Amino acid sequence: MANKDRVPFENTTVEWIDSRLPIFTMLQKEYGVFPTPRNFNYFWNFGAIAMFMLVTMIVTGIVLAMHYTADTQHSFDAVERIMRDVNGGWLLRYIHMNGASFFFVAVYIHIFRGMYYGSFKQPRELLWILGVLIFLLMMATAFIGYVLPWGQMSLWGATVITNLFSAIPLVGDSIVTLLWGGFSVDNPTLTRFFALHYLLPFVIFAVVFLHVWALHITGSNNPLGIDTKGPQDTLPFHPYYTMKDSFGLIVFIIVFALFIFFMPNSLGHPDNYIPADPLVTPAHIVPEWYFLPFYAMLRAVTFKVNLVMLGGFGIMFLPFFWNVGLGLLKAFTGMVSVGGKALKPFKSMTTNPLYLVAGFVLVIAGALLHGMIPLLTSVEILSAKLGGVIVMFGSILLWFVLPWLDTHPIRSARFRPVYKTLLLLLVVDFIFLGYVGSQPADATLLGLPMSVFGLIATVLYFGYFLALLPWLSKNEKGRELPPSIHEAVLAENKG
Amino acid sequence: MNMRKNILVLLTVFLVLPVSVVFAAGDAPKLEHQHWHFSGPFGTYDRAAQQRGLKIYREVCASCHSLKRIAFRNLEDLGYDESQTKAIAAEYTVEDGPNDEGDMFERPARPSDYFPNPYANDQQAKATNNGAMPPDLSLITKARHHGPDYVYGLLTGYHEAPAGTTLLPGQNWNAAMPGHIIAMAKPLSDGQVVYEDESPQTVEQYAKDIVEFLAWAAEPEMEVRKRTGIKTLIFLVVFAFVMYRVKKRIWSDVH
Repeated sequence: MANKDRVPFENTTVEWIDSRLPIFTMLQKEYGVFPTPRNFNYFWNFGAIAMFMLVTMIVTGIVLAMHYTADTQHSFDAVERIMRDVNGGWLLRYIHMNGASFFFVAVYIHIFRGMYYGSFKQPRELLWILGVLIFLLMMATAFIGYVLPWGQMSLWGATVITNLFSAIPLVGDSIVTLLWGGFSVDNPTLTRFFALHYLLPFVIFAVVFLHVWALHITGSNNPLGIDTKGPQDTLPFHPYYTMKDSFGLIVFIIVFALFIFFMPNSLGHPDNYIPADPLVTPAHIVPEWYFLPFYAMLRAVTFKVNLVMLGGFGIMFLPFFWNVGLGLLKAFTGMVSVGGKALKPFKSMTTNPLYLVAGFVLVIAGALLHGMIPLLTSVEILSAKLGGVIVMFGSILLWFVLPWLDTHPIRSARFRPVYKTLLLLLVVDFIFLGYVGSQPADATLLGLPMSVFGLIATVLYFGYFLALLPWLSKNEKGRELPPSIHEAVLAENKG
Repeated sequence: MNMRKNILVLLTVFLVLPVSVVFAAGDAPKLEHQHWHFSGPFGTYDRAAQQRGLKIYREVCASCHSLKRIAFRNLEDLGYDESQTKAIAAEYTVEDGPNDEGDMFERPARPSDYFPNPYANDQQAKATNNGAMPPDLSLITKARHHGPDYVYGLLTGYHEAPAGTTLLPGQNWNAAMPGHIIAMAKPLSDGQVVYEDESPQTVEQYAKDIVEFLAWAAEPEMEVRKRTGIKTLIFLVVFAFVMYRVKKRIWSDVH
């Protein structure tokens, strides 16, 4: 392959290996001299930090698995034996337990970085999509891992979340039976979850490999969001970014260590130190903090959806569904070379506030007239449960099509003041959803049921992605971009 | 610069979220925060209080509550030497076997044995306690929100039920219990346990001492954990400082 342009190494051992398997050449190319934009800020540390957390979780997890027993009669005791009798067991477990949280901290910051600086945009769409896939796999792995200690929250959290799948029409109940390996969350559930919890991190590792591969094809984005134009805009990855990443990583580990050694249980729920008991339901079943915003969206849908309301939702997001559907169809027909000709007359739709208003009016009308018009409003199309499930999963699936929702030519929020403000408001909305998710189902705020606030925050969340982003893509002017990275860096250093 | 603001926003996210989760307990009664010898990054267990707590556990709590994750050998953490833990263990009888004849037999406990359960099984525990199962105490301070304050509040929280609350037979009113109704009768009263040292023999002191003991039972690794944490942090901070200087040095030709 690249053997012809290989530069021989001086060290004979290295050269012997490299001439047979050019692994040193590859490392040199991808991590040594790899041209990297010279203007990264510390937000760009979190990819490396997330990688470090993944490795930490796998290493501690493998050792924990050596001492763990997946059995409803023994799992809780096995974890306590690790905590009390295994040498350094408490440290391993606290690293693993808090490591899950800190992995999510790193990845949430990493995702925010991608949104803020427009890293998901052309030509990095696939890189972004692989990232969203990693996030979904992480969520599955973390949820399954939380079940393994077999405490009260393990059992009841698993019961609530696996039950969601029963909302799927026709096959829902079968899926739930398959997940459980029986008719309730029990020993077969625990054993299959353990097997999957050991498997999924390696799947994540494989997707991370693809993610990094894709990154090394397109090169990194940077805080200015403009392309690199030559060697004056870049620095070799080593030593500049190996060093900057190492420093950032150690600062991150300091915060991580504070939790491991001084407040190891502050991110968990005390109920998980009570052995699982199928006969006692905890007062409030709450997931781990990193799931709370999504949990709030799940619980925000407390109403049934009839035919009129469904039509209303369809009209509200008609351009979105049309464009995504058409895009996928064109991509597919292009791939199997049936020829995109038949689809040529179909143009993508432009967003128009009219759809939103008309659709919204229809949704409200459908809700007010619920049960009053035969067929149109009297037949329940979606149960509240299924609606919640669609909203919860939809909130993340949306990220897959983010590159086609935000098509504004400017990447970095630095040069898009409106986008920047709205994105920061989205972060506030997301945190607020987290707060709503942490509250018991019957909680109230300002005299109103919490689910009302959950619904408003959910609507804002979807509105941001489905309405505001496409609209901004067309209508935000943005600021003038600097001519190149090195000129911007020079100007900043002077000022 | 804007970046600072963004970082501030993010920091708020990750500081506020866990806090809001902790306070998500909802309608749990307010617990008065006590100062504990083991709180704070340098906190250690008070050995004398732990030993008094052990005495209370053995004389009072143990008649209903098991402590199944603690072996007699673990009591060396409390400052006892090997002969003392042997002597304490020998005061208990455990079932062992089967022997060569195939029979189960009873023998004095050894340091490797665990505190025996006061009941033969959970059903018996429920049957003798009006259907309420006395929980195992090995993890109790970890298994409740603000566990140490909760246990202290519970043991000192027995009062007359306020007017309008009717208690069924076998029910008691307690300030710290969620819902305020508890099956356990007031377990401690002044002067009930005789201390060998000069500590006051009051319910408050008893409660403090038993918490000190139970906190250790739940987190026996705490002292080692915090000591290791201090060393780790000193190392990491120095390391970060060195890395920062190296980073500055390497980047000096760029800026």
